[in-house]
Amino acid sequence: MKVETTRFGQIDVPDEDIIKFPEGILGFNGNHEYVILNDPSTEPLRWLQSLENPDLAFVIIDPLKFRDEYSIDLSDEEVEALELQGPEEAIIYAIVVIPKEQPEKMTANLQGPIVINASKMIAKQVISTNSKHKLKHYVLDEMKAMLASTQKKFGKVTLNLNRKEKGPKKVNDGEVG
Amino acid sequence: MLVLTRKKNQKIMIGDDIEITIVDIRNEQIKLGINAPGHIKVFRKEVYDSIQEENKAATESVSPEQLKGLSDLFKS
Repeated sequence: MKVETTRFGQIDVPDEDIIKFPEGILGFNGNHEYVILNDPSTEPLRWLQSLENPDLAFVIIDPLKFRDEYSIDLSDEEVEALELQGPEEAIIYAIVVIPKEQPEKMTANLQGPIVINASKMIAKQVISTNSKHKLKHYVLDEMKAMLASTQKKFGKVTLNLNRKEKGPKKVNDGEVG
Repeated sequence: MLVLTRKKNQKIMIGDDIEITIVDIRNEQIKLGINAPGHIKVFRKEVYDSIQEENKAATESVSPEQLKGLSDLFKS
């Protein structure tokens, strides 16, 4: 399917890459179809481009690129809406706000992440019930802190290998593509 | 909109299993207790509003060209 976009001109989107947001994204409830543009030159930042509104696109990031851990508890209703059979089907992204004047102050929204059922290509913006997940996480600061702590861990060899997973509702974003 | 008047410790039922109790009333503040099944998510309205605002701000982010430049910030 050929789609016109403001930022990228005409793009060709294979049907299997179309991500459906039945409820839209908060504030943009009328837009239901998106595609993720994987451009190696912008990694780890990616674009989530609307297929219905040429001008509508979000910058997104895999939260594990800037922090050690991020998992969210989904309600039964959310699991149902996403038609998730298990946590391994889910991919999580955070929407990024990048101030034009000070891009290094970019923040990721971990309070309202986007969860995608990668098997069925159904997605939803969910609201985290974890009070540690804020609307604005400073991506670069947290990444530096993560790298520093990783080095410390390797230095002392105190790797925690028995990370436990909670019940089946837990969505872990370990397998983000 | 349905408007109900309630006193302290009185309750409202929404459907069969959502129970809202007026726990305390002090000046301009009302404390509510909410009993709801696990599948119902309860949030302050501000949370929805702020996520909506944040989404809108996100659409005004940088251009694709600028984004390419930012990739370097992640290389340590």
